[in-house]
Amino acid sequence: MIHSLFLISNAGDLFLEKHWKSVISRSVCDYFFEAREKAVEPDNVPPVIRTPHHYLINIYREKIFFVSVIQTEVPPLFVIEFLHRVAETFQDYFGECSETTIKDNVVIVYELLEEMLDNGFPLATESNILKELIRPPTILRSMVNTITGSSNVGETLPTGQLSTIPWRRAGVKYTNNEAYFDVVEEIDAILDKSGTTVFAEIQGVIDACVKLSGMPDLTLSFMNPRLLDDVSFHPCVRYKRWESERVIAFIPPDGNFQLMSYHISAQNLVAIPVYVKQNISFFETGSSGRLDITVGPKQTMGKTLECLVVTVHMPKVVLSANLSATQGTYNYDPVTKILVWDIGKLNPQKLPNLKGSLSLQSGAPKPEENPSLNIDLKIQQLAISGLKVNRLDVYGEKYKPFKGVKYVTKAGKFQFHSPYWTIYGPRRVAAWQPPSSARSPSRRLSAPGTPHLSPLGVEVSGEEPLPLGGAVWEEPDHH
Amino acid sequence: MLSPWFLCRNEDLKEMLESNKESLKLEAMKRIVGLIAKGKNASELFPAVVKNVASKNIELKKLVYVYLVRYAEEQQDLALLSISTFQRALKDPNQLIRASALRVLSSIRVPIIVPIMMLAIKEAATDLSPYVRKTAAHAIQKLYSLDPDQKEHLIEVIEKLLKDKSTLVAGSVVMAFEEVCPDRIDLIHKNYRKLCNLLVDVEEWGQVVIIHMLTRYARTQFVSPWREDAVFDENSAKAFYDSEEERRVDQSKPYIMDPDHRLLLRNTKPLLQSRNTAVVMAVSQLYWHLAPKHELSIITKSLVRLLRSHREVQYIVLQNIATMSIQRKGMFEPFMKSFYVRSTDATHIKTLKLEILTNLANEANISTILREFQTYVKSQDKAFAAATIQAIGCCATNISEVTDTCLNGLVLLLSNRDETVVAESVVVIKKLLQTQPSQHSDIIKHMAKLFDNITVPMARASILWLMGEYCEHVPKIAPDVLRKMAKTFTDEEDIVKLQIVNLAAKLYLTNSKQTKLLTQYILNLGKYDQNYDIRDRTRFIRQLIVPNEKSGALSKYARRILMAPKPAPVLQSAFKDRDRFQLGTLSHTLNSQASGYLELSDWPAVAPDQSVRNVEVVEPVRLPCIYLVFKDNVKNFDAVSWPVCVSLQASSPVFVPETSHELLHRMTGKGLSAQYRFTRQPCIYGNSMVSLQLTLSNSTDQALENIHISEKSSTGQNIHRFNAIERLEPQASVTVSMGVDFNDSTQAANFQLCTKEDEFSVSIQPAVGELLLPITMSEADFTKEQGKLVGMNESSATITMTPENVSSQSVNRKVVSVANLGVIPSGQENIYRFSGKTVSSGSLVLVSVVLKDPDAVITINTEKTVMGSMLLRQVKTALTNSGP
Repeated sequence: MIHSLFLISNAGDLFLEKHWKSVISRSVCDYFFEAREKAVEPDNVPPVIRTPHHYLINIYREKIFFVSVIQTEVPPLFVIEFLHRVAETFQDYFGECSETTIKDNVVIVYELLEEMLDNGFPLATESNILKELIRPPTILRSMVNTITGSSNVGETLPTGQLSTIPWRRAGVKYTNNEAYFDVVEEIDAILDKSGTTVFAEIQGVIDACVKLSGMPDLTLSFMNPRLLDDVSFHPCVRYKRWESERVIAFIPPDGNFQLMSYHISAQNLVAIPVYVKQNISFFETGSSGRLDITVGPKQTMGKTLECLVVTVHMPKVVLSANLSATQGTYNYDPVTKILVWDIGKLNPQKLPNLKGSLSLQSGAPKPEENPSLNIDLKIQQLAISGLKVNRLDVYGEKYKPFKGVKYVTKAGKFQFHSPYWTIYGPRRVAAWQPPSSARSPSRRLSAPGTPHLSPLGVEVSGEEPLPLGGAVWEEPDHH
Repeated sequence: MLSPWFLCRNEDLKEMLESNKESLKLEAMKRIVGLIAKGKNASELFPAVVKNVASKNIELKKLVYVYLVRYAEEQQDLALLSISTFQRALKDPNQLIRASALRVLSSIRVPIIVPIMMLAIKEAATDLSPYVRKTAAHAIQKLYSLDPDQKEHLIEVIEKLLKDKSTLVAGSVVMAFEEVCPDRIDLIHKNYRKLCNLLVDVEEWGQVVIIHMLTRYARTQFVSPWREDAVFDENSAKAFYDSEEERRVDQSKPYIMDPDHRLLLRNTKPLLQSRNTAVVMAVSQLYWHLAPKHELSIITKSLVRLLRSHREVQYIVLQNIATMSIQRKGMFEPFMKSFYVRSTDATHIKTLKLEILTNLANEANISTILREFQTYVKSQDKAFAAATIQAIGCCATNISEVTDTCLNGLVLLLSNRDETVVAESVVVIKKLLQTQPSQHSDIIKHMAKLFDNITVPMARASILWLMGEYCEHVPKIAPDVLRKMAKTFTDEEDIVKLQIVNLAAKLYLTNSKQTKLLTQYILNLGKYDQNYDIRDRTRFIRQLIVPNEKSGALSKYARRILMAPKPAPVLQSAFKDRDRFQLGTLSHTLNSQASGYLELSDWPAVAPDQSVRNVEVVEPVRLPCIYLVFKDNVKNFDAVSWPVCVSLQASSPVFVPETSHELLHRMTGKGLSAQYRFTRQPCIYGNSMVSLQLTLSNSTDQALENIHISEKSSTGQNIHRFNAIERLEPQASVTVSMGVDFNDSTQAANFQLCTKEDEFSVSIQPAVGELLLPITMSEADFTKEQGKLVGMNESSATITMTPENVSSQSVNRKVVSVANLGVIPSGQENIYRFSGKTVSSGSLVLVSVVLKDPDAVITINTEKTVMGSMLLRQVKTALTNSGP
């Protein structure tokens, strides 16, 4: 399946290679470099590249390309999922997955890759098992190892490997038995200028930190499990129990893991905790513009909004911003054209406001579209969907563990769209008529309702071309 | 970058490796691994490294393994030095060491050790540890790629491993099956239900492989569920298992899904909830290819969920959705908003989403989609804006209600500030106008008017083509355009020039009065163009439209040739023909067949025999591990062939029969049934006992309590009883072991099997072959011992062999299945020797079979003459009977 793996930095430096079958020359990566160059942005590199004799399947993560070489038919997602698993394992072992840490720990990386794949087929990918085979580096251990000459490599087969619950090792022992669950929800939403929800959904995950002795069998139940629309589970969860009883029954891995993720897409269920009043406009003349943004609370269920940040991707022609904020700090980066306004905690009594002028590149045409706003926020002690954990039961072990559930709501891809044509205003065919087009000969004549003659003397109509009604080509509403 | 590894030279490393200190060696190996990781050549160090292969330090050993696997292919002779170490490690009591030895041994790509690998794999396939068996499954593929000639032998191992009930092995062996013998679908039959049932517990990667394989399998074994009159009763499965009669489906009856087909669908469904995206995709494609159409909708949600995963995952999933959405719009229509493009999406993701939105468009949602497209046209990413315009064109042709709306929208785009947008619009408009030219002369006029401002060659060429094609609709403008083109002809791109010539020709034919001179001028310019295509075209056109004596009959048809009505281009999805590939495969992603792609067959018209998947329920047999002792040197291994076991350590059975015998039928046992089986293992309860395995099952609906064997034994045999079973739940069964001393006689052992309430008399009658234990000896010893046991201790018979029994394998198999004997390697081809001892007294039993075509002489030498003659009878029957 997976023949070889090459790690390539964003700068194009091939810094690690590993082969699971016979050696493939690294020159095969030239095809990748070619595609990389063509794509300009690293995100645009196609995940599957065909070369005369091989196929390259790559992922881009943490500024590293993981390029795998394939020779025969294989489900591409199989490889992609595995490569992500490799990156996650590195992150798990070294705290971060970067070129430097990989280079510093090259021996452990090699030992890991050796265990994770055999002849190109995944062998051990559970972090619990890997950690028994190859112990993660710590400063203390590396010191002890240098002195005593002992090694990082386990000598016996991890017990999990053989059992039907490979994610858990046997003989776990804690003096304090604890199980904590974090319910983290992210709101993905697009709202139009009037604050109407165009699109909203909630992505939730339940992260667990379970430190329990022995082989506990846990059951987690919810007050309102019907809320959960679409779920995916850690392999430890018994599907059948969920299907029949809507409870989550599992023998947990030891330590931190993601128990499940879920998705709530019904729009009426998604509460929008914040509103934004915005007015960004560019003047037709004088190469300048105005900006006025106010943020206020909406459906917050009585909780405080924290870590509020507003990000605006300005059009390329905006040179600088001269603004004043009633709360927090703002920063405009003229290179990336990103305006970041860090508000912090929201005080409902005194709404934060950012106001001022923008200066544009002189002579450049007015931006075609107005920027949209991205919001970042956090609400502690609240799952915005209203999901509530009912209880956690421990079977199979006698002790009484400490249990805890924490709820957090965050903004995911949370966008407020501003209308496109602030100065021209919405108008029927406006969307198809660029406001200023130097080349269009019909521009000055294109006001609606006035038929006019083109230089060639042909009649061109500015109206009427909408047989199926304005409904189709009417003003864009949500952008 | 200066890393310390660059500074150390090979000599230093060599010195470190040869030092006595473990820590120095380890440090050196770490540096070497660092070199390998960088792709630096470290092959010079091979001799120094390979010496450390037997190191006690496990980390050092592992690093040496890494090195060996990397360089063994280049340094074959030196690599052979390490082989014996692995052979030793293959017998280590620690399963991790056994497994890793096999992993490395099989990864060393040196053809000369193929026989050794083959042996090691065969042994490991019967190892007690499922982890080692898993490694064996992986090794099969490695050996196959090294030496494809081993295929037949490897298939035997695969067949054996497919029967394995461990979830750990299942994925790996199916992988080996797919690689080595994907066409041997017959090997799957008996394991089909087991694989379906194990699937949920198999590790994620194995699930993917098994699901793909089962998809292929199902398409060959079941009939198509895609029928109008289909009945999808989940209960039909029950009916199938309950009675044999129901299975005979009447041909006239409507379609009823095969219960095995249903089993597969039911058991894969929960995996849609897996966190592993590859598993979700695998199940989705299984449903797509196998499920009745109305059950497809359950995969939609899961696929849409995958869109929240990484960029690369999105890419693959979107591609598959694109293919699905062509055939079944309805599946994804409710989730249309999930395919809205975000400004942060990568270009290839954007294009795919656009593709899907176009596929999903219908009369009801087109207005929403077009509104969404409008915003995309304004995107900063101009390539994407251009793709959007193409998509609008597609929608316009597919949905006739909006054609005009789209066309007008596109016309408005012609005055866009951006070059690419305008150009793309022109090209799309051209295609649209071809479908209904007459009504749109104003658009052509409008385009003519914009012509001066358009610089993209493709767009200019498109407008010119339109002018020429529909010059009758724009009689005034077309000549004017031609006039302007005549002026700029020399500065135009080739593609534009060709269209100018084209336009000139068409106008000449329709309106020669106005354009005759212009056309001649242009043709003259073209005649001396630098590009030969243009010169060619010019010459051709001149001959065609300006008749002279040299031009043949063709010029008469000039008008019909040039002005022929042209078919409108069909704007269709690029994913239209991708459904020829199985979804979720690499070939589907690439839209061309990747090497090793396995075609998904069409449904058979008539379902093949269903009973092939029936399996008798037998207790699983774990074969004990057999360790080979290599006395001879490496070269002799070629001669060794399976299953002739080389000098076996005493007391490992060559063959363990799986058949069980009935001890107590459930009718006589008031619901308690018992079966027994000879395990052929030395008994742990006493040296003179035969070891037995007893399976007790409760077929009543109440629990049975206190099941035991009563103390009093009716015959004189010494019996080791199993510990009383306190409670046996209804429908449950339990396996226990016991030992019986038969005193080397086939007299039945009678005893009482008791429950709390009842006592049942039962008896075990052993076959003579089960009263033996295998032993091993050399060929010379055998002949020596045989010489001592002559006269009345020898019994022999001559038989006529059935031809299929003549091969060495079948003779061996037949004999060891009748009696628990060891096989002795034979120097002569036609002589087979077996040896064992009786369990109780330990008397030697020697069996030899000498083939003299077509006859065979069986000789049995033993002190126990009664047993000898009984054994002779049995061996005789076995060898004369055909069949396995």
